[in-house]
Amino acid sequence: MKLRKVTAAAAAALVLSLTATACGSDDDDSDAGSGSTAGGGDTIKIGIKYDQPGLGLKEPNGYSGFDVDVATYVAKELGYDADQIEWVETKSADRESALARGDVKFIAATYSITEERQEKVDFAGPYLLAHQDLLTKTDSDITEATDLNGKRLCSVTGSTSAQNIKDEIAPDAQLREYGTYSECIAGLQSGAVDAVTTDDSILAGYAAQEQYKGQFKLAGLKLSNENYGIGVKKGDTETVNNINTALEKMVSDGAWDTAVKDNFGPADYKNEPAPKIGDIVS
Amino acid sequence: MSSVLYDAPGPRAKRRNIILSVVFFALLALLAWWIYRALDDKGQLEWALWEPFTESEAWTTYLLPGLGNTLKAAGLSMIIALPLGAFFGIARMSDHRWVRIPAGAVVEFFRAIPVLLLMLFANEFYARSTDVSTDDRPLYAVVTGLVLYNASVLAEIVRAGILALPKGQTEAAQAIGLRKGQTMTNVLLPQAVTAMLPAIVSQLVVIVKDTALGGVMIGFTELLNSRGTLAAFYATVIPSFIVVAIMYIILNFILTSFASWLEGRLRRSKRSTGAVLGAEDVEELNAAEIGGAYGSGASA
Amino acid sequence: MFDFLEGYDVLGAFWTTVQLTLLSAVGSLIWGTLLAAMRVSPVPLMRGFGTAYVNIVRNIPLTVIIVFTSIGLADIFRVTLGAADDFEALSFRLSILGFVAYTAAFVCEAIRSGINTVPVGQAEAARAIGLSFTQVLWLIVLPQAFRSVIGPLANVLIALTKNTTVAAAIGVAEAATLMKEMIENEAQTLAIGAVFAFGFVVLTLPTGLFLGWLSKRLAVKR
Repeated sequence: MKLRKVTAAAAAALVLSLTATACGSDDDDSDAGSGSTAGGGDTIKIGIKYDQPGLGLKEPNGYSGFDVDVATYVAKELGYDADQIEWVETKSADRESALARGDVKFIAATYSITEERQEKVDFAGPYLLAHQDLLTKTDSDITEATDLNGKRLCSVTGSTSAQNIKDEIAPDAQLREYGTYSECIAGLQSGAVDAVTTDDSILAGYAAQEQYKGQFKLAGLKLSNENYGIGVKKGDTETVNNINTALEKMVSDGAWDTAVKDNFGPADYKNEPAPKIGDIVS
Repeated sequence: MSSVLYDAPGPRAKRRNIILSVVFFALLALLAWWIYRALDDKGQLEWALWEPFTESEAWTTYLLPGLGNTLKAAGLSMIIALPLGAFFGIARMSDHRWVRIPAGAVVEFFRAIPVLLLMLFANEFYARSTDVSTDDRPLYAVVTGLVLYNASVLAEIVRAGILALPKGQTEAAQAIGLRKGQTMTNVLLPQAVTAMLPAIVSQLVVIVKDTALGGVMIGFTELLNSRGTLAAFYATVIPSFIVVAIMYIILNFILTSFASWLEGRLRRSKRSTGAVLGAEDVEELNAAEIGGAYGSGASA
Repeated sequence: MFDFLEGYDVLGAFWTTVQLTLLSAVGSLIWGTLLAAMRVSPVPLMRGFGTAYVNIVRNIPLTVIIVFTSIGLADIFRVTLGAADDFEALSFRLSILGFVAYTAAFVCEAIRSGINTVPVGQAEAARAIGLSFTQVLWLIVLPQAFRSVIGPLANVLIALTKNTTVAAAIGVAEAATLMKEMIENEAQTLAIGAVFAFGFVVLTLPTGLFLGWLSKRLAVKR
């Protein structure tokens, strides 16, 4: 008897929750800023990273980082104020799908332009030329790639940087891989690894963090070229052109330089000059 | 306290038990000391690393919204997976081949695919063939993945529970003229579910933990995913893992406590169907009466 | 259609998955049995430890446990399992340690419910002929208990096979790690996901069917 009451209650709850969610989904189908490019009361959805200090980081009072600054500037040029932006977390594995589905209008999330990706999405930019580099403790003696063999390195599982190390740069180095760079940085701090390797922009973001200031340095090696682009849905040439115009303006009016200084400044990061639109360094 | 596995301890056995206890306790204490020293040595006990967790901002920005999403996804999945699991479990025992075989195929198939990938496919499915808003879609996808997998496992648990019931139950039901459906819903299912509660509860715990898979690829901001964002902002990696682990333990502890309270209520009037072995906490586990065998909730 | 597979050692990655699964399965069967023995033992402190262990470990997400073996055990507690200088072997062994610690909690519960299915008379008879607790458990109760829990242990094994994908969190070169690499390079998340889903179906479906058949064959007839 009791059991039947429980099942009945569960069934009722199920029906209720289903109807509730069904109703809920009806009244907020604000699609990924697929509305007109001219702002008005619309919002725009932009994909960024949430856990990448210096590039895209979710903070208690909003979002910070270079990608965020670039995206905000571009959105403004497209006709959206800062408060009309809806930030969306796009994980690396989900970036192409998120654009194809139209979840977001564009993605600025340490998104390197590669041939394989260009088959799936269109890129505006590039807006930053980054290089694979090493982050070490300030007193480290690693200065060249040849110093790496036999050393203990850390990177993110499956990332391009990790593959480069294994295949080309230092096959004899000991490579540890984690899910995110935060774990690598913790290992670097505790002395479990000698260096963390990935794009210098990402590394600079960590080195510039309040908690790590003065502890780490960038080796300044240019182990690869990463052309950060803004990902747009395949075939949306209009948006690509609009974003490119916005990026050009951002560089020419000095906002680009300010953003670089603000986000990477404390890390002693020697950034490349702003890349020319469509100029992909391979 | 007494168990059928060993005699009530005499003076010698008592002494031996005390010695064993002391040795065991010493080993545990040594382990605890070693953990403390190592953490201290590596500076992991420094206040700066733990301070963020005393700030309300850390909770309101990262942990509480994450916890909320975890609860939402887990709750919905449980509510949908439980009846669905019972349905498939019964369908798999149907007398009709055309019901039994498809049901079996569905169960075996969804049990075999990693939940993470189920979520990924569900997300794509909702994007292509429904107009679920992009804000809700990760939740839908996570719940769908969890439901498909866990309903399959629950189906197996329910089936095992029903199969383990004494034949007399079915025979008695038939003798008083109940139809097949009535026998199932009025006699067999209630007993099987009550008996398998411990196994079902383990599976519910698995659901709570597996919500964490939603944060890996499809950007569902549940508790574990929020931990990553928090760790990046406050630069506190190991403490954040410890705090989140404790949150999961408490959450699941509440869930299992509630379930055993419910079990106690359901079981109160029921007469045992057969004596079995057991430790001092038979009460907690006596699903075993009916082949609690099929107990362990596997996890994904 | 599947030309993106070229240049990747998919079979090799799945072989690592199989190795992880088998080694962890053996380890967790042993540790899980010990835990179950502790939970029914006459020493109260051991019972307490067994109960606490199961209830804590079972309630923590596996990802947290696996990551902790690496950033906690290896980096902070210097538990390097004889592979301090070889990160590849280190992460492989650490992940097995993590899987054993986690899966054993489920194995323990399965065996404990198996113990509960053994009729009281069996243990009473054993005690009547003067067997000690260890003898009762090892000679009389466990052999019968194991036969009745093959079904649930099969569930645990299937879950373990799929759980090994979590080892990607510390970079063990198994299926999920390769999947991440391929997605990063080829930008085809769905097709790659489908290939790996198929791989897991191939691994786990026969396991489930075989052990299901075995559990029926070995069931203790009463």
